[in-house]
Amino acid sequence: MFMDFFWAFVVGGSICVVGQIVLDVFKLTPAHVMSSFVVAGAVLDGFNLYDKLIEFAGAGATVPITSFGHSLLHGAMTQAEEHGFIGVSVGIFQLTSAGIASAILFGFIVALIFKPKG
Amino acid sequence: MITKDNYASEVKKYQPKPKLLRNCIKAFLVGGLICAIGQGLTFFYIEVFGFTEKTAGNPTVTTLILIAAILTGFGVYDKIGQFAGAGSAVPVTGFANSIASAALEHKSEGIVLGIATNMFKLAGSVIVFGAVSAYVVGLIRYLVEQFL
Repeated sequence: MFMDFFWAFVVGGSICVVGQIVLDVFKLTPAHVMSSFVVAGAVLDGFNLYDKLIEFAGAGATVPITSFGHSLLHGAMTQAEEHGFIGVSVGIFQLTSAGIASAILFGFIVALIFKPKG
Repeated sequence: MITKDNYASEVKKYQPKPKLLRNCIKAFLVGGLICAIGQGLTFFYIEVFGFTEKTAGNPTVTTLILIAAILTGFGVYDKIGQFAGAGSAVPVTGFANSIASAALEHKSEGIVLGIATNMFKLAGSVIVFGAVSAYVVGLIRYLVEQFL
C-alpha cells in the first residue's frame, strides 16, 4: 500500500516535471503542454505502453492529463472491436464522458455561484 | 561599456534567471501530491464502493475535478498554479481549473454568451487534440490489427 502511494507520487510528479521543462525551456503555454500531453497519451496507448504504466503507477498515471488521450483511444478501440470501422467514432468519448461531463457540470455550477476574483 | 557585440551578454545580467531546477522541484512535489491524493481516492473507491482497479479511475477523476472546480471558485487553485506551474496544470485538476476559471472570468457577459460560450476557451484545445489524435491512432491500429 505504501509503495503504491510512493510510485503514484514519483511517476505523477515526474510527468509534471516533463511538463515544467517544456513550459520553461520551449516557452510554451500550459494549453500547449496539455494538448501535447493528451496526444502523447493517445500515441503511447497506441503501442499498449500506457496500460503498463497504469499497472505500475496507479493514480500516478491515471490522474495526469495523458490518461485522457489513453481513455479516448481505449473507448474507440473497444467499440472498433464490436462495430469495426464506425466503432472508432462511436466509442471515442465513451470512457472519458465522466470526466468531461463532470468538468462541464461543476465548472458551470461554480461559475454560477462564485464571484470572479482579481 | 555596452557595444553591439557584448549587448546580449551585458543585458543577460539584468534578466531574471530561469529557475528551471526550482520550478521542476515545485512541479514534482505538487504534481506528485495530487497524484498521491488520487491514489488515496482510488483505494477509497475500491474498498468502500467495490470498484475494481480498472474502473476506479472514473470516480477518482470525477472527485478530483469536483475538488479542483470548488478550489477554483475560491481562487485557491490559481494560487497553487502560480506556485506549482506544470505541477497543477498537467494533472486532470488543471483541466477542470481551466474550464471553471474561463467560465468564471466571463460571468459578467451573461450565462449564455459569457459562461457557456467561453467555458472551453482553454480546455477546448485539449479535447480537440485528444479526439483527433485518438481518432488517427485508433484508425491506424484498427487497420494494422485487421490486415497484419
